Amino acid sequence: MTTLQDEHRAYRDELLQAGLLISMGVDGLYGRSGTFEGIVEGINHAFSKVGDPDRPDVMRFPPGIGKWQLEQSGYLKSSPQLVGTIHSFTGNDRDHRAMLETLEQGGDWTAGQKMTQVALAPAACYGVYPAVAARGPMGGNGGLVDCYTYCFRHEPSIDPARMQMFRQREHVRLGTEEQATTFRKLWMERGQAVIKSLGLPFEVDVANDPFFGRTGKLLATSQREEALKFELLVPITSTEQPTACVSFNYHRDLFGRGWGIKTSTGDVAHTACVGFGVERITLALLKHHGLSVPHWPQQVRDVLGL
Amino acid sequence: MSSSARDRVRTLLKTTGWLQTDIDTLGNDADLYVAGLTSHATVTLMLALEETFDVEFPDSLLRRRTFSSVDAIVEALAEIGVNTEAV
Repeated sequence: MTTLQDEHRAYRDELLQAGLLISMGVDGLYGRSGTFEGIVEGINHAFSKVGDPDRPDVMRFPPGIGKWQLEQSGYLKSSPQLVGTIHSFTGNDRDHRAMLETLEQGGDWTAGQKMTQVALAPAACYGVYPAVAARGPMGGNGGLVDCYTYCFRHEPSIDPARMQMFRQREHVRLGTEEQATTFRKLWMERGQAVIKSLGLPFEVDVANDPFFGRTGKLLATSQREEALKFELLVPITSTEQPTACVSFNYHRDLFGRGWGIKTSTGDVAHTACVGFGVERITLALLKHHGLSVPHWPQQVRDVLGL
Repeated sequence: MSSSARDRVRTLLKTTGWLQTDIDTLGNDADLYVAGLTSHATVTLMLALEETFDVEFPDSLLRRRTFSSVDAIVEALAEIGVNTEAV
């Protein structure tokens, strides 16, 4: 009997063999070929075509966020198991020699590493909230930000669609409750239209984030009961367990309160975001239309500008 | 001095600052989420209740509505065996 894990392995091996992904010897960490990146750029192109007319503020952050930003975001409370932090060597010459000796002996050379001021971004929008908060109260139209970065989540897997380092292209809306919810509704329609134009089968369903532990269970059921998160799911390696390729999130005033983001009337801002998982959509396209892009339907290539 | 579970829940809500509205102005059936209880504060409230009453909420009670009002909390505590009268 073929298990889901077999399916994941088979598709991953197919992608590696075709040279679309490049092995780095760690599950969930891959290089990407020129063809793969071309598709990723095409998805960004399709996203921009729909989103650019809204004239968002474009912000590009590195894949790292400040340690202080991670601490203030609340992410350590809800998802500590996914967090990546950057540590570095801070010792003297003697410590250096000892480290190399341990390395040579195959021991744990990381024991003396110290936490830097940098953590890895768990989502593309984590740099946005403190940046907008620092500007002071927003105007009456609120804020709209376009962001795109590599994200890290510690969940090693052989499923090529569950990478540890992947990119999210997002639009983030900040403003009144009505502005945030209207934005999410609009993008739920737009997101479906984009994926449909790419010739992919999909469904949209209410979802929850993979929060940690018993308290996470409470957060997850609350998130579902309030329908704060919807995902657009595309079958990649499994029809029974399709993969979330786009998410539509309404955070209520979680980030507004956490970061002190204010509307023009001085009220705590509500926020929402739409995130396109560009690698996952690429993998879905390769699965449904084949590994040879020139053989994809013309209409799909037109949408992607390929 | 003995106090009922309802009083202890109200004291907890009064002293922690999780609500934006003073609990003294709210009835036992008032919606705590409307009163400013956030998702993360609900988690902290749940842990504080477990510590105060020395209990553990089963998975079936790890829902938003379990903590939606003082009455709902007391009902949940009773369900898991807490003597909700004077203790």
